[in-house]
Amino acid sequence: MTASELAISVEGIVRRFGDVVAVDGVSLAVAQGEVYGFLGPNGAGKSTLTRILCTLLKPSAGRATVAGYDVDSEPGQVRLRAGVALQEAALDDLQTGSEMLALQGRLYGLTTKATRARVKELTELVDIGEALDRRIGTYSGGMKRRLDLALALVHDPEVLFLDEPTTGLDPVSRAKVWHEVRRLNTELGVTVFLTTQYLEEADELADRVGIINQGELVAEGTPTELKRSIGTDVVIVTIAGEPLKARHVLESLDLVDRIEGSGSTLTLSVSDGPSAISPIAVALAAVPDVTVIELSLRRPSLDDVFLSVTGEHIIDSGQGAAISGSQQSQETP
Amino acid sequence: MSTGTTPRSARRVEPRNAGFLSDLLTVASRALRAIPREPAAVIPALVIPLFFFVVNIGALEPVAQATGVQDFRAFQLPVAIIFAVTGVSRASGLVTDISSGYFDRLLLTPIRRSALLLGLMVADLVLVMALCVPVLILGVIVGVNFATGLPGVIGFVIIAGLWGLAFTGFPYAIALRTGSAAAVNSSFLLFFPFAFLTTSFLPKEALTGWLAAIADYNPITYLLAALRSLLTAGWVWTDLWPGLLAIVVVGAVSFTLAFGALRGRVSRG
Repeated sequence: MTASELAISVEGIVRRFGDVVAVDGVSLAVAQGEVYGFLGPNGAGKSTLTRILCTLLKPSAGRATVAGYDVDSEPGQVRLRAGVALQEAALDDLQTGSEMLALQGRLYGLTTKATRARVKELTELVDIGEALDRRIGTYSGGMKRRLDLALALVHDPEVLFLDEPTTGLDPVSRAKVWHEVRRLNTELGVTVFLTTQYLEEADELADRVGIINQGELVAEGTPTELKRSIGTDVVIVTIAGEPLKARHVLESLDLVDRIEGSGSTLTLSVSDGPSAISPIAVALAAVPDVTVIELSLRRPSLDDVFLSVTGEHIIDSGQGAAISGSQQSQETP
Repeated sequence: MSTGTTPRSARRVEPRNAGFLSDLLTVASRALRAIPREPAAVIPALVIPLFFFVVNIGALEPVAQATGVQDFRAFQLPVAIIFAVTGVSRASGLVTDISSGYFDRLLLTPIRRSALLLGLMVADLVLVMALCVPVLILGVIVGVNFATGLPGVIGFVIIAGLWGLAFTGFPYAIALRTGSAAAVNSSFLLFFPFAFLTTSFLPKEALTGWLAAIADYNPITYLLAALRSLLTAGWVWTDLWPGLLAIVVVGAVSFTLAFGALRGRVSRG
C-alpha cells in the first residue's frame, strides 16, 4: 500500500526540543478505516507525534502524510481532512455548544444550512443535544469531552486524532466515549488514531496497537498478536516472606520462561499455564520463609506486553490500568 | 474492538477554506458575543473615563482657565475619550484561549492565521467606538458642543476608535509572546506615560521644562489636539493631520510587534 492510499503514513519521524528527543525515528502506517491505538506512558512522545500529524508541530526529521497529504508541506490540505480532539477539551466557556459548533462550521467554509444539518447529525452521534444551548462553563467534564469530539467532527474528517480522549473521565463517561469512537469507526468508516495511557482502552478499541516508550516505537501489532508474542499464559504469584528466595526457586524451573516484578507480587510467563500451575505451587511450598497468599492464572494482557518490552510498571490510577512513565523529562512541551 | 478496516462512506460535507473575510468576521463575532457575557472586563473602561472627566472638571477647571483654556470641559472631553479607548482589547481573552488550548483548536482549522488577530482587532474597534458614546453623552450633558456638528461627532468617534485600535497591538503582542494574563494586565502601565506626559490637563503653551519636551514627542499630544480642534475650532486640517499621523505611527509600531508575536506563536518550529 502506498503512502497516498494509507490514512496515515509515518516514516522516520524525529522531533527534538533542544537536547531532548521527544520522538526518535518513529515509523508506522495506518490503513483507511482502521483504529490505531498509540500506547505509552506520560512523556513517551505520544502527544508530540500527534501534534506533528495534525500540523501543530514540524518534525525535526522524517516524513509523514495524513489522508495522502504531507503534514509538513501541505498542512492546509491535512487540516481539511483531519479532525482532532487534543488532550484537554479545548473550549470557550463563554460560548454555548451550538455557537461553538456553528463557529467551527464557518471556519471550514460550511454554509449555515450545511452547518445546521451537520450539528443535528452530531448531536445524535455524540449525545450532547440537551446541553447545546447552555454555556460551556456549566458543562461537566464528560460533556465537554463529547462536545470537543463533536467539534472535531463538524467537517466530517477522514482521519480522527484523539489524544488521550478519556483521561480524567469517570467510568461512565469513558464508556460513552468508547461507544462513540466505535460508532464513528464502524458506521462512518472514520480512521481513528488514538493515543492512550490506558491499556484497557487500547485493548477495547484498537485494531492495532503501537507501543511507544522514550520516543521510540518498541512494539506494534494487533492486541492479540502482541499478547501472543510474550508467551501463552501468565501466572501471578503473591507471597508473604522472602521474595528473593521465591524468585530464586522459580527461576530454576524450566517451565517458567520469564519473571517480571519485584516485592511480593511476581508475574511469570509460561508457555502452558494449566500444566505449570501445580509445579509452581509445589516449588513455592518447599521454600522456607515463604507463604503463598495467592496464585492465579490468566491470559496475557497488554499490561504484560508493555512490561515485557519496556520494563515499566503498571499502576491503577482509578481510571483503569495505566502506565507509569519513568521519562518525565520527555514531557511534551 | 472493531474487527477490521471499515470502508469510508461518502463525505457528508465538503470542507474548504472559508476565505479571509469570513474568517475575520467569524473571529470578530465570537469576540463581540463574549463582551456582554464578561461585563467585568468592560466596566472599568466605562467607569474610569467618566470618573476622571467629572473629577478633573470639578478640581481643575478654575486653574486651567487661569492658564488660558476658555472651555475646559471641551478641553477635557478628549482626555476622557482617550482614557476610554486606550488599552481596551480582547488580549486577556486571547490568553485564556492560549491556556485552555482553544487557540490550538483554531490553529487546527484552515483559518487564515492573520484573521486570528485581525478579527479580535475588528471587535476591539467596534467596542472602543461604542465606549465613546457614554462619554460623549456626559460631555453633552455638561455643556460641551461640537464646532463641527454631527459630522464632527462621527469624525471624533472614528479618530478615537482608530487610536484605540492602534494601541491594541501592544497588549496583543504581550499576550501572544507570553501567554500570561498577569503580563497582559501589566500592559496597562504603558498607558500612563502616553496619557499623562502630554497636554492632558494643561495646554501645550503652559507646559514647561522636561514635560514640554516629552509632550512634543508624545503622539497623544497630537491626538488630543486633533480631537479638541473638532470640538472647538472646526475642521482644522493642520491639527487633524498630525493627529492621524500619530495614530499611524503608533499603529505601525504596535501592529509590527503584535503580528511578529503572532508569527512566533503560530510557527510550528
